[in-house]
Amino acid sequence: MSAGPSLRFVDRVNPVTRLAAAILLTTPLLLSVDWLSAALALAVQLVLFAAAGVRPGTLAARCWPILVAAPIAGTSMLLYGSPSGTEYWSFWLARVTDGSIELAIAVAVRVLAIGLPAVLLFMNVDPTELADGLSQIARLPSRFVLGALAGARLVGLFVEDWRAMTLSRRARGIGDHRAVRRFATMAFALLVLAIRRGSKLATAMEARGFGADVDRTWARVSRVGWVDAAMLATAAAIAVAALGAAMWAGTFHPVWS
Amino acid sequence: MTGAVAPARVEARGWAWRHAGRKRWAIEGVDLRIVEGERVLLVGPSGSGKSTLLQALAGVHGGEEEGEESGTLLIDGRPAAEARGRAGLVLQDPDAQVILARVGDDVAFGCENLGVPRDEIWKRVRGALDDVGLRLPLDHPTSALSGGQKQRLALAGALAMRPGLLLLDEPTANLDPDGVEEVVAAVHRVLDRTHATFVVVEHRVDVWLHLVTRLVVLGRDGRLVADGVPARVLAEHRDELLAAGVWVPGAPLPVASAGTPGRSTAEPVLTAEALAIGRRRGAVVREDLHLALPAGTSTVLTGANGSGKSTLALTLGGLLEPLAGRVRPSAALAGGLRHDPVRWRSRDLLTRIGTVFQEPEHQFVASTVRREVAVGPRAARLASGEIERRVDEVLARLRLDHLAAANPFTLSGGEQRRLTVASVLVTRPQLIILDEPTFGQDRVTWTELVTLLRELVDDGVTLLSVTHDTAYRDALGEHHLELRGHQRVGSAR
Repeated sequence: MSAGPSLRFVDRVNPVTRLAAAILLTTPLLLSVDWLSAALALAVQLVLFAAAGVRPGTLAARCWPILVAAPIAGTSMLLYGSPSGTEYWSFWLARVTDGSIELAIAVAVRVLAIGLPAVLLFMNVDPTELADGLSQIARLPSRFVLGALAGARLVGLFVEDWRAMTLSRRARGIGDHRAVRRFATMAFALLVLAIRRGSKLATAMEARGFGADVDRTWARVSRVGWVDAAMLATAAAIAVAALGAAMWAGTFHPVWS
Repeated sequence: MTGAVAPARVEARGWAWRHAGRKRWAIEGVDLRIVEGERVLLVGPSGSGKSTLLQALAGVHGGEEEGEESGTLLIDGRPAAEARGRAGLVLQDPDAQVILARVGDDVAFGCENLGVPRDEIWKRVRGALDDVGLRLPLDHPTSALSGGQKQRLALAGALAMRPGLLLLDEPTANLDPDGVEEVVAAVHRVLDRTHATFVVVEHRVDVWLHLVTRLVVLGRDGRLVADGVPARVLAEHRDELLAAGVWVPGAPLPVASAGTPGRSTAEPVLTAEALAIGRRRGAVVREDLHLALPAGTSTVLTGANGSGKSTLALTLGGLLEPLAGRVRPSAALAGGLRHDPVRWRSRDLLTRIGTVFQEPEHQFVASTVRREVAVGPRAARLASGEIERRVDEVLARLRLDHLAAANPFTLSGGEQRRLTVASVLVTRPQLIILDEPTFGQDRVTWTELVTLLRELVDDGVTLLSVTHDTAYRDALGEHHLELRGHQRVGSAR
């Protein structure tokens, strides 16, 4: 999660609130597969993110996996979605009909409406601040949260380990083995290294009093305020408005029916 | 600035520790008193339990599931395990001690755990960073620090907890000479200011000699061998210290120094032409390098941190692709292969170029020492009788025969280094490339290694060693290459 361009409003919101807002906004959108609720939610999101300072270039750079996934999901619905209404084209199992066209649009737009906020809200989240928030605001056990935070830093070292191990296997005459077998043995060796690095880190953390019986203090305060409330309210409002509009217009189509 | 803290007093009476699941005590019968403000250098052979003692003093040995304790170990009259926060510990591996992503947060971590109020934490963080001479913004990323800086960061993290007892476990073993100097200077400043009681474990005695007031020598079983004023202990127990692998200052090394550089009349075994190096495409570290490795000669490659020494070694070894230019083998080295080394099959490298990596743990692939050494000969498809014969020979030569059934990961640092050399030697490559082979080695291991490498060169093997170690350079630097600034690599003499 490298730093992206700074965003108005969003950057002032606590990472934990952003997590909550993303859940609040996207979970209701999973309930229906109609085009209207997703399109409305997406439209409002795009306006709000644009107002916060997300430029089209940033959007493309950060969200490209979602921008790629949406049309793929849409196309598969277009060809194989349950057929109804006029049929325009067919080939073996694939049938393009009124019904499948509508479903394709609904699914493609929905992938965007769920994916974009999840990525954009977390664009500038600092892992340390998220950990602070999870411990201080969400009250998750600090032992667990800080252990995970410190452990995550080791991932960068594992990448280096992996590279060095690849070279060393070539040097030792076993670099010609089949890739699958080499991958398996290296994965095991990396696991051994990871455990050793982990236990060294645990010793270093304990030496700094981690896990002592004392009540821990926090060097950085994790705060929530009106901006956080506003973001949660906005997220809830978008979700309610989207589903409400779909029900009012009669397009609401729950996934369970 | 670091405020006044009462220095701690240490007392061990018949103290012993055994790791869970082991038969043998890691250390036993320790009787030691260290008074307030004393500065102690603790030395002993590897396996004498020095680290175990330090960790116990720091209270990080944990409960019964980790091991068993007997006797008493007290800090200020209280059991060490209950005196958390009285002792601050800095460990050997710079990478293993960075806990958080930003410098300020990392130093604050210990204070948070001790429940220090927030305003006080940030005062202490600034003071501690100042004390160790790390003048960096608090949000500076810890991943961008050098080894010496990381060790000073760990020191600052310990200092911020205001320990009355400062414990350092081989803090400079993994550092280059600049890093060593930085760390020692920082510790010196800190001790002069805080007057904390100080215990350091290190093989390189000369690094700390000017700073300590007492030298304690542990024997192989952890019992006290000698204890007193450093100069006197060094004089009276010289032989025991040398046998224990301690770098006694001024003791001549029992290895011949390298001959004057021959005019390198020997035909080069490997030549680099207009070579550009880097770990990945587009990330050029060095370019336009021209150099040659004379056959049957020992060449050392030196240069500052980050100058690309290791990258150059890996590229010459046929492991990394040149980003431009080429690495050309002599006809004798290529032995019928047409391409440059990086195009050779992995199996073809075995008898031609062997590489000993800096981190032994990156190169272990087998579950026992014996199998580890056999990996190369197997890959080279030698007959099984020949494999057995060669493995036995190499294990005996590197004194690893008694460890044949042990797991490579459980060996000591010195044994691991010998094993990595053994597993390269066994396929008899014409050229051996070693990356920092003497990092963190005690004197005994060092001497064995250098003597062995000397023999290899005398037998006609070509060596290339990346090193910071000046004694190593004196012993094996028949030919010297230095990577300087952004100039071309050239002969340094």
